[in-house]
Amino acid sequence: MNPTAFDVVIAGAGIVGAACAREFALAGLRVAVVEPSAIGGGATAAGMGHVVVMDDSDAQFALTRYSQTLWDELVPELPPEAQYYPCGTLWVAVDDEEMHEVRRKQEYYASRGVAVEVLDARGVAEAEPNLRPGLAGGLRVPGDSVVYPPCVARSLLEQAKAKGAVLFEKVSVSYLGGQRVGLDDGRWLSASLTVNATGTWAPSLTPGWEVRKRKGHLVITDRYPGFVRHQLVELGYLKSAHAINVDSVAFNVQPRPNGQVLVGSSRQYGAEDPAVEPVILGRMVERALEYLPKLAKLAAIRSWTGFRAATPDKLPLVGPCPGHDGLHLATGHEGLGITTSLGTAKLLVDQVLNRAPAIPWEPYLPSRAGTGVVHA
Amino acid sequence: MPLERHADILIVGGGPAGIAAAWGASRGGGSLLLVDENPSLGGQIWRGEASKDQGHRQRPAGAWLRKVAATNLEFLAGARVFASPGPGALWAETADDRVTLTYNRLILTPGARERLLPFPGWTLPNVMAAGGLQALVKSGLPIHGRSVVVAGSGPLLLAVAAYLRGQGAQVRLIAEQAPQTRLVGFGLGLITSPAKLAQAMALKKALAGVPHRFGCWPVAAQGEGRLASVTLSNGRTTWTEPCDYLACGFGLVPNTELPRLLGCEVTRGVAVVDEWQQTTTEGIYGAGEVTGIGGVECSLVEGEIAGLAASGKFDEAQRLFPARDQARAFASRLERAFALRDELRNLPQPATIVCRCEDVTFAQLNLFHTSREAKLQTRCGMGPCQGRICVPAVAFLKQWPPDSIRPPILPTRMENLVETIPTTTSVTSTPA
Amino acid sequence: MPERVALQINGRTIEVAAGTTVAAALAIMGIPVSRRSVTGEPRGPVCGMGVCFECRVTIDGVPHRLGCLTHCTSGMEVRTDAP
Repeated sequence: MNPTAFDVVIAGAGIVGAACAREFALAGLRVAVVEPSAIGGGATAAGMGHVVVMDDSDAQFALTRYSQTLWDELVPELPPEAQYYPCGTLWVAVDDEEMHEVRRKQEYYASRGVAVEVLDARGVAEAEPNLRPGLAGGLRVPGDSVVYPPCVARSLLEQAKAKGAVLFEKVSVSYLGGQRVGLDDGRWLSASLTVNATGTWAPSLTPGWEVRKRKGHLVITDRYPGFVRHQLVELGYLKSAHAINVDSVAFNVQPRPNGQVLVGSSRQYGAEDPAVEPVILGRMVERALEYLPKLAKLAAIRSWTGFRAATPDKLPLVGPCPGHDGLHLATGHEGLGITTSLGTAKLLVDQVLNRAPAIPWEPYLPSRAGTGVVHA
Repeated sequence: MPLERHADILIVGGGPAGIAAAWGASRGGGSLLLVDENPSLGGQIWRGEASKDQGHRQRPAGAWLRKVAATNLEFLAGARVFASPGPGALWAETADDRVTLTYNRLILTPGARERLLPFPGWTLPNVMAAGGLQALVKSGLPIHGRSVVVAGSGPLLLAVAAYLRGQGAQVRLIAEQAPQTRLVGFGLGLITSPAKLAQAMALKKALAGVPHRFGCWPVAAQGEGRLASVTLSNGRTTWTEPCDYLACGFGLVPNTELPRLLGCEVTRGVAVVDEWQQTTTEGIYGAGEVTGIGGVECSLVEGEIAGLAASGKFDEAQRLFPARDQARAFASRLERAFALRDELRNLPQPATIVCRCEDVTFAQLNLFHTSREAKLQTRCGMGPCQGRICVPAVAFLKQWPPDSIRPPILPTRMENLVETIPTTTSVTSTPA
Repeated sequence: MPERVALQINGRTIEVAAGTTVAAALAIMGIPVSRRSVTGEPRGPVCGMGVCFECRVTIDGVPHRLGCLTHCTSGMEVRTDAP
C-alpha cells in the first residue's frame, strides 16, 4: 500500500480535525491527519471546553443540539483525563428584561426537546450560593457539560488511529489542494478529498475565506471544590449594542471537576498578538466579580489567551470549497468549536458519502451567501 | 498601608544583590524603595540576620545591613510582585492589599531557587530542599536532636549542614554528587582567593566529624507518611541512612520570571545584562543570581554596580568592574565543579511524581515528545507553582524548554487583577 | 511585639515564639503534613521560600495560604488537610 495515498487528508489535529479523522475512519476510509504542533494545541487548548446548546440562530441551535446528542454517545469512550463533567449551564438574569429572555429561551429550548428549568431569584440563589444577592433568576440547562479539550482531541485521534488513520506529526501542510497535499518536508500526499481543519490558520492554506481571529482571555484559580456548581453565563448582551468592532467582556465562569474555577470571557477584534493584556484581563475579572463577589479572594494561578476562528455570519464553514474540487473546509467555529466538533465531523462525512444527515447541512456550507468569500 | 508607592529607583528582592544595589543607588540621591516578600532584608542566604543585634550578625551581612540602614532606603516588606499593569509600574500583593509600585529605574534582584530533582519518595513529608530546611529552621522548625542527611550538589550543602549542626541537628552525612576529583581542582582554585579560603576553612571546622562523601546521590526515600530513611548510591553500591529529614537540592535556578514578564531578554535561563548590569530593556537593571548563579560575592559587586549605574554614577561603577570579573571567574569555576552528572537523569522511576502540583508521573510525561504536548495532555506545570519546581527538573531530565510567561507570575487574589486605568479601547459587556 | 504567640492548629492550641512561621509551627506540633496532593499523597513544606506551594494550609478560613511565608499571629486558626 502506498504510504502517501489516502482517501482523506485532514490538515489540523485540533478537536475539529480529530473529530473528522475519527468519523472518516469509522466510515472505513483511509485517513491521514497532518499536525505540526501539539494535538489540540490551538484554540482547542485555549478555550473553555464547554459542550452547550446555543440559540443565537436556528442553525446554531440545530448544530449544537445535534452535537450534544453525539457527545452523549461519545462520553463512555472518553478516558478519565478528558474530565467530562455534566455540570449543566445556568444562564443568569439580573432584571426583568433578562427574565423575559429567560422565558423566551425556555420556550425555544423546551419546544425543541432540550430540558430546561426556569429559576426565580430564590432558585438561583439555592442553585449557586456564591452568586451575588439580588439577581432576578435564571435558566438551568442540565444537559450542558464541560470537558478538557486537549485530551478529548487526543482520544478522538487515537480512536481514528485504531481504525487505521495515520498521523503526520511535527510537519506542516505547505500546499492544500483538493487531491494533493504538500508537506513542508517535501513529501506529497494524495487523496480523493482533503479537509482544512486548521482553525485560524485556515485562510493561509485556503485563501479568500473570511475567517478572522477573535482573541479571548482566560484565567483559572487554584482548587476550590464546590465554589460553583454549574457553568454560569450572563444574559447581559440584551442591554448592549450588538457590538462587532468593539472589544467586549462577558461573565462566563466554569467549574472544573478538580475544583478549579475557570473564568472567561473576552472577545477582541483585530488583536493579533497572543500576549495577555492586563486591561482586558482586568475588565473580564471585574465583570465576573459583579456576579460572583466571593471570587475576589480566590487565588488566580494562570492566565492565557487563545484565538477563536470567526466567520462573518457566526456559523462555521463545513463542506466543499467552491472552485476547489475535493477540498473541504471544517473551520470557523468561533466559541463553539468544542461542542460542534462532533456535529461538524458527522455532517462532513455525510456529505462526502452522500448519507442523509440528521440535520440539514445547508446553513454551514461554504457556498452559502454571506461568508465573505472573495472569489479568485 | 499606602496602596501606591513611587521611587526614583525601585529594587525588587532584598538579598545580598538587592542590598548592595540599594547601597550603590543611595549614592545618587534619589528616592529608593526595596520590596521583598520577607519581613526583613537578607533574602535566602542572609535570612534572619537583620533581626539580630549588630554584634551577632555574620560577616559580611552585618556590614552591608549597617551600611544600608544609614541610607534613605525605604523597605516594603511582605510584598510579592505578581504583574505589571503598564510601563514603569509593578503590582505587588501583600497579605491584605495590592500595592502599585511606580519607578523611574528598576533593579531586579529576585535571586534564585533550588533545583529539585525527582526520585522515588522525594514527595514524602520531611524531604525538603537544602536551603528549604535551613529556612524553615530559621523560621522556627525544631531541629535539635533530629537526624539529617544533606544531599544533592553545590556549596550550599556545606553551608546548610554547618548551620543545622550549629542548631543541634545530627548531620549524618553530606552527599555531594560531584566527583571528588573535580572538587579537588575547585578547592585548589580557592587558594587564589584568601577570603574564600578562609570561608572554606571555617566551614571545614564547623563540619569536623560529619561524614562528607563525593560522587554519591540519593536514589530513593522511604517512610510511611513521612521520611524515615534515604537510600544513596555512588554508582557501584547503595546504602541506606535512617534520618528524620533529608535536605536535598541540586544547585540553583535563577528566578527569571519577572525579567521575562517585563520583556527583558533571558537566555539559557539567565537575564542578559550589559557591563552596567542593564537588561535589554532600558531603565531596567538586573544583578545577582538572576544574571547567573555566582554566590554572594558576585551578587554584592553586581548589585552595587547596578545601583551606581542606575543612579548615574558610572565612574564609580566602573571602578568595581575588576572585582566583578574576579567574582565571576570564581562563579564559572564553581559551575564547572558542581555540574550535574548524567546518572541523575535516571533517578525517576515510571511511577515517580515529577509535577508535584498536579501529580504527573514520569511515565505519563514520557508518553509525549514535546513539552507543549506533555503539558497540555498531563497538565504538568499548570499548578500554582507555575512550573517553578517541575520545569527546571524536566529541563534537566528531557531538555524541554519552559513555556511562555504570563501574568500573574505568582498566584494572586483574583481581585488583584482588576485595574482601572484610562484606555482608548472602549470595553462593553456582551455575551460569549 | 509579644515574645510568644498562641494560635490554633487543627483545633489544638499551641504557643510559639514570635516570628515563627505557620509552616514551622506545624513541625513544632509534630505535624509533618500540610496538605494532601491532588491524588491524596501526604505533603509537607519543601522549599521554605514560597515557591513550591506544598506548604499550603487554610488560615482563618482562607485556603491555599503559604505556611512558610506567613508568620503566626495571636488567635490565628490554621487547618491542614486531613492527616
